[in-house]
Amino acid sequence: MSHPTATAATKNGDLEFFVRGDHHAPNGTLLGFWLYLMSDCLIFAALFATYGVLSQSFAGGPTGADLFDLPLVAINTAFLLLSSITYGFALLQMQQNKLQGTLLWLALTGLLGTAFLSVELYEFYHLIHQGAGPQRSAFLTAFFALVGTHGLHVTIGVIWLVTLLLQLSKHGLTLTNRRRVFCLSMFWHFLDVIWIGVFTFVYLMGSMS
Amino acid sequence: MSDHHDHEHHEELPHASFSGYMIGFLASVFLTAIPFWLVMGNVFDSNSTTAMVILGFAVVQILVHMVYFLHMNFQSEGGWNMLSLLFTAVLLFITLFGSLWVMYNMNVRMMPGMM
Repeated sequence: MSHPTATAATKNGDLEFFVRGDHHAPNGTLLGFWLYLMSDCLIFAALFATYGVLSQSFAGGPTGADLFDLPLVAINTAFLLLSSITYGFALLQMQQNKLQGTLLWLALTGLLGTAFLSVELYEFYHLIHQGAGPQRSAFLTAFFALVGTHGLHVTIGVIWLVTLLLQLSKHGLTLTNRRRVFCLSMFWHFLDVIWIGVFTFVYLMGSMS
Repeated sequence: MSDHHDHEHHEELPHASFSGYMIGFLASVFLTAIPFWLVMGNVFDSNSTTAMVILGFAVVQILVHMVYFLHMNFQSEGGWNMLSLLFTAVLLFITLFGSLWVMYNMNVRMMPGMM
């Protein structure tokens, strides 16, 4: 440390303060990742707006009330909500430096994410099979674009999670891996927040009209 | 120097607590179950009442997730997290509300015979 402020500060005991200020901002990665999430949020804002505008353009085809299976959506919501709390437990295990516990809870989160995706793919397959695919009406195009983009995000989250499991079992709870686990936790909880909008705005409100 | 790094290492990641996650989880279970019950059980006679109530529940649940799962507060990152969130929220509101408002008016004015 040859920085003039650091040496000058030694006498009045403010050394740590000045040396810390010398570093770039702590949590730089987390702030950067948060900004990425905010930009992702704007993608979803555009998709939600598109859906909102087109949600009544059925082109004589099926409406949300005809198509949506609310018990199935409720199960899917439960999967995603449970995966949020299991990720939280993984984070708590990581804080206590327990590698096995972290791996276990992360794996469980991944399974719940996969279950969510399976139900969503089943739902999409079922809709397309009934002739209610994205090409049927503007409403269905907007629906598949919005829910599909969310599903794609969850898929990427699951791939990231599997990669992290391998990294963690190979290198353990290093500082870099901890930061990665924390970034994925933000991504995962963010997807859950988007899902709140999806099930309220698309499924519940679509089933009423 | 290594001491310093250790110190930073603990400072780097926000602290999560078991009780925080449990409060967030239980609150979101209730905030999810009630809207589903309202819609599936046809609790209110008017659809617009149900829509307003479930939108209200969604807003509260998003706030619960932000605070308890995403650890949002005014202190983290020196306030930059919150500032960027508020900025995004403003853009989100303009995009959503603006699109719906403008497109509704376009529909009404362009196709008078059909509306």
